[in-house]
Amino acid sequence: MTHAEPRTQDLWEILQAIPDPEIPVISLVELGIIRTVEWTHQRPRITISPTYVGCPANDVIQEDIRKAMSDAGIGPIDIVTALAPPWTTDWITPAGMDKLRAYGIAPPSRAPTHTCPQCGSTQTQIVSPFGSTPCKGIARCLSCTEPFEFFKCSAT
Amino acid sequence: MRSPSPAPTQAALYACAIRLGDNNLILGQQLARWIGHSPELEEELGTANVVLDLIGHARVWLTLAGEIEGLNRSEDELAFFRDSRDFHNLLLVEQPNGDFADTITRQFLYDAWHRLYLAELRGSQDARISAIAQKAATEVEYHLQRSREWVVRLGDGTALSHDKMVAALERVWRFTGELFEDDETDRELAAAGIAPLPSTLHAAWQAEVMRTLERATLSPPENVFMHSGGKCGRHGEQHSYILAEMQALPRMYPGATW
Repeated sequence: MTHAEPRTQDLWEILQAIPDPEIPVISLVELGIIRTVEWTHQRPRITISPTYVGCPANDVIQEDIRKAMSDAGIGPIDIVTALAPPWTTDWITPAGMDKLRAYGIAPPSRAPTHTCPQCGSTQTQIVSPFGSTPCKGIARCLSCTEPFEFFKCSAT
Repeated sequence: MRSPSPAPTQAALYACAIRLGDNNLILGQQLARWIGHSPELEEELGTANVVLDLIGHARVWLTLAGEIEGLNRSEDELAFFRDSRDFHNLLLVEQPNGDFADTITRQFLYDAWHRLYLAELRGSQDARISAIAQKAATEVEYHLQRSREWVVRLGDGTALSHDKMVAALERVWRFTGELFEDDETDRELAAAGIAPLPSTLHAAWQAEVMRTLERATLSPPENVFMHSGGKCGRHGEQHSYILAEMQALPRMYPGATW
């Protein structure tokens, strides 16, 4: 398939433009959940890894991918879910990390305390280990007193 | 004579997936009843998140069970159109929510077992089981962190919260024996390298639980008669009420969609 290389690149560009349904500031590619894009039997086959198995965004993400591909005149496509190896927050791209921070969500961190995305202070406190989506928790900054969400670190 | 690594029967593989699916489904269904009633917003979020994870795990385990069974039964058919005797969850997870101390105690004892079981299951000879376990294990670690800290906070809290935790342990401890009972299916799965033998997890579970209870100034009740039967379909009265609530709508309106 001599034409496969440029077209695979096209697919990646379409995916790069699809926002995460719950954190629309980063794309599916930046979130690191698109594992592979390949062609099988002349059909694009996209393998995705869920952030959390029960995340309600999983179904929406598949719909969004199908719609974006169809809008670009591509289809039908196959979407495969791969659980192993498990997605971890290490798969978020550096650009994704920066966008999360700029949006006001502390990026995942192995450090014992989160850094306030507003003022940069490390004098922060966890308010709740769980937040508005499965991937986030809630913290507050003791320096600027602002509450903020943090991305739960799932890397070991 | 068994060879060192005999292939497991289809029935044993189905049991492996359906037991895990049912544990998470029944516990998730029960926990979901807290939503709208939690003591504070943050705990409501925490509970809702754990429910999402457990129901998510139940869905993939039941889907796998349906694939293994080969009768085209979907996750929904398995969840909504089986009767109590065909559910294979542990008795622990079907115990009533009670008060917050009962719920947290049940959760902690289950989380501690669940984490150990999944950790071993990651190395399963069955690639499908191993893949689910690898993913689920990362999520359950977080559940345990939460329930462990609540046990300490309530046990080592006020006189009232301490007393409620003592009462909660009295009520649910007798359902923990079943977590480590080996039956014929477990032995077959272990021999085939599919799943750990439950009894081999007891020491590590005991260590985790005792360490936490000590921090919580609590101790488990002694000389308790351990109940079992859930794994092979013998459930308490409560189980039918859980199913009645969970299954009423799809049974009244089969095929209903949003």
